[in-house]
Amino acid sequence: MPRYSFTVNGKAVTVEAPADLPLLWVLRDKLGITGPKYGCGVGVCRACTSHLDGKEIQPCTVRMADCSGKTVTTIEGLADGDKLHPVQQAWLDEDVAQCGYCQPGQIMAAVALLKRTPNPTDADIDKIENVCRCGSYFRIREAIKKAAAAQ
Amino acid sequence: MDVAGQKTAADNNFARRKVLALLAGAPTLTLVARFGLVSDATPAGVALPGLPDLTDYVDLGDLLTTLALPTSERLALQVTSAGRVVLEVPRAEVGQGISTAMAMIVADELDARLSDVDTPLSDARPDLLFNQTTGGSNSVRSLYGPVRALAAQARARLVTAAAQKWGVKADTLTTKDSKVFAPDGRTAGYGSLSAAAAKVVAPAVSAKPKPESAQKIVGKPTTRLDARDIVTGKAQYALDVKVPGALPAVVARPPTIGGTIVDVDDTAARKMPGVVAVARIPSGVAVVAETFGQAMAATSALQVTWGKGGVDDLSDEDVKRQLRAATPPLTPLTGLTPHIDAEFDFAFVPHAAMETDSAVADVRPDRAEIWSSLKNPIIAGKTIADMLRLPHDKVTVHVTRGGGSFGRRLFFDGALEAAQISKATGKPIRLMWTRADDIRHGRLRAATHHKLRVAHLAGAVVSYEHRVASVETDFRVGAGEALSATFANLAPALFGQAVFALTEKVPYNFGLITELLTEIPLKMHTGSWRSVYSATVRTAEEIMVDELAHAFGKDPVSLRRSMLKSARARAVLDTVAKRGKWGRAMPSGCAQGVGLHEEYKSCAAYLVEIDARDPKQPRVTKAVIAADVGRPINPRGLQAQLLGGLTDGISTILQAGVHLDKGLPLEASYAQFHYARQRHTPSTVDITIMPANGEPGGAGELGVPAAAAAVANAYARATGTKTRSFPINFDVDFTPLPR
Repeated sequence: MPRYSFTVNGKAVTVEAPADLPLLWVLRDKLGITGPKYGCGVGVCRACTSHLDGKEIQPCTVRMADCSGKTVTTIEGLADGDKLHPVQQAWLDEDVAQCGYCQPGQIMAAVALLKRTPNPTDADIDKIENVCRCGSYFRIREAIKKAAAAQ
Repeated sequence: MDVAGQKTAADNNFARRKVLALLAGAPTLTLVARFGLVSDATPAGVALPGLPDLTDYVDLGDLLTTLALPTSERLALQVTSAGRVVLEVPRAEVGQGISTAMAMIVADELDARLSDVDTPLSDARPDLLFNQTTGGSNSVRSLYGPVRALAAQARARLVTAAAQKWGVKADTLTTKDSKVFAPDGRTAGYGSLSAAAAKVVAPAVSAKPKPESAQKIVGKPTTRLDARDIVTGKAQYALDVKVPGALPAVVARPPTIGGTIVDVDDTAARKMPGVVAVARIPSGVAVVAETFGQAMAATSALQVTWGKGGVDDLSDEDVKRQLRAATPPLTPLTGLTPHIDAEFDFAFVPHAAMETDSAVADVRPDRAEIWSSLKNPIIAGKTIADMLRLPHDKVTVHVTRGGGSFGRRLFFDGALEAAQISKATGKPIRLMWTRADDIRHGRLRAATHHKLRVAHLAGAVVSYEHRVASVETDFRVGAGEALSATFANLAPALFGQAVFALTEKVPYNFGLITELLTEIPLKMHTGSWRSVYSATVRTAEEIMVDELAHAFGKDPVSLRRSMLKSARARAVLDTVAKRGKWGRAMPSGCAQGVGLHEEYKSCAAYLVEIDARDPKQPRVTKAVIAADVGRPINPRGLQAQLLGGLTDGISTILQAGVHLDKGLPLEASYAQFHYARQRHTPSTVDITIMPANGEPGGAGELGVPAAAAAVANAYARATGTKTRSFPINFDVDFTPLPR
């Protein structure tokens, strides 16, 4: 089985995995990094949203082979030690989460959005596709605006 | 110190029991007729009074609370020597915030810091009998009193222990921030007093809960205690629990609901990379592999010959036809009473919680251990033990946090399958349903058909009839057990009737009211979906109220005001009308709409604004919400629940449902089941929680019917149409995935 080396949340790792194994299962089942969640497996619900070389990805649809030598950041790698990322802090301030299952993906999507668009409009926020089945969308919207204002 | 709870003095419990007994002794549970006073000479514009509903006295929540009470003394609160205050919560946490609400109640009563309180979810505890079911919006209702009593006991013992230690009178001591204070400035933390407090025989100070007017934490908006764990990815759901050696498992399922296995050729699947085992279970063929990705890939390589399922010949149109045929007729009209008739259809809706049905199972020859988010863990454990032929006490069921439920986790389908797979393979396994399986083979909100008639005379409603036909909802676990315990000899086929009778309530003075339910049993997987019958029954009713207003030439808000029975309901309606600027001018194609709902001693009103200039792509642009829940514990958490109800209303009314097609839902993905996304939800939401005025009512499901109705009414007003079939936009706008 092929071996792949890459960086996850600042740590160098090497795993043995089939080339076409989705990154999500490398993270969750081989590395024990369980922040990214399974919700659909086809890149639609986006509960697993993470970053690959700083860009938003859905690890359930990215092959392991395509991550070789690259840098992956999951929700676990977002905070600076105990200091939360401003988006995480905004999520706390707005008490966004209900069941919380989609929120790691929502936060990673919001971080990516703010990187591209530091002051997003409502129309920009509307483009976020991540599903929240608890329906916390309004609080997500408010948290993104708050994080944008704080940055 | 461990304090066993005392039975709370439930003053009204006797009255409740009496009503329950009355209900149990009622000649029939299949008919819920509410007789109002009908006068021949009805004065114009005056609402006819109606007799109170059954649910004014006793509702499903009362029944659950009554059943929980006898074991409430078995709730356990512990103060550790390290100063942690630990209440094991015998409920599921699926996002509704019960862990935080319980911690607030404990901290308030105990004068502890909220940060010192832990509220882990209790493992299944068969000794709690009916006190470990999460449903009927009943957790706060059933636990508020007992938990306060328990914490008050603990505080009294800690104070007594401090008094003994210092040799001072107990009534001179005060408590604050998890410490006891003496007048001379001495202090002792609760942790340091715990061992001595456990030996206190009789507290030297009152062990009664403080007056609610003295509460400092209850009623104060509070952020979820697990919020930081959630935003950092630390929060653990079933499949995140580290169970050594537990391997991923996925089940290949039949092409139709309930399909059977005729033959399996797993030769190719077993050769796939990472595959460890293949096992037949009653519901499908399980593949156990090193990773979920490999397990899923290998299920595709299985060659399975499937037998017939339960509803192979049925599609939506057949179900609709059956429901229409089953709907009881309206009473034939006599005379020339003007009336409005309408019929409504609601589609099947999956729960589609973000976390699919998931469970970890470690089955050994002499014992078993299960991890899953379960709202009925006791019956889950017993059923699994029976299946494994193990004594009940050899099966440990850990209740993990759940990634949403909406009724789904009342059932333990995944936990049972996980145990079957672990037993068959002899390995600890982690079972995950795929999204497609979760939508197609999970539980569905039953499709319904409704016939309504409002007869009116001289500006008043003289009679209101609502006939509901529904695919049978599976109530066997949870509500069904509670009903069986309360009403001996109640056949499972009547569970739906009983739940209907205990939940459905017309909040208006509508004269002679009759609501009838007929269920058609189909071999499908159904289940309670947030707010159960009310989500369709009350929504249809609220649409009728708008149409009645139109017939009367009246404004929908003022008509509701004039006909509502309760002042509390009028107050929430007035609040949204005022804050939402009801009646403000809107562009053509846009409109406001209102909806109101009362249940479980609570009420809520929703006012939404919709932009339906493109009727195929409507957008709710603003929502104004008000709720009176009797006594809010955590207003911030309540607002979250009401926000969720709004999103459920938008989704189920405008765009989200599933099509049954030859025995299987066509939808198999969130790309096909159109639960709302960010772009479908409003950028302005205003939520008012009314001040406390009594005991806590139910709140978790409260918002859904009012929100759904408000959205439907706004859509109708914006488009000038009458809405009759939901979701309104329900095209098959996708290529279905293979079965």
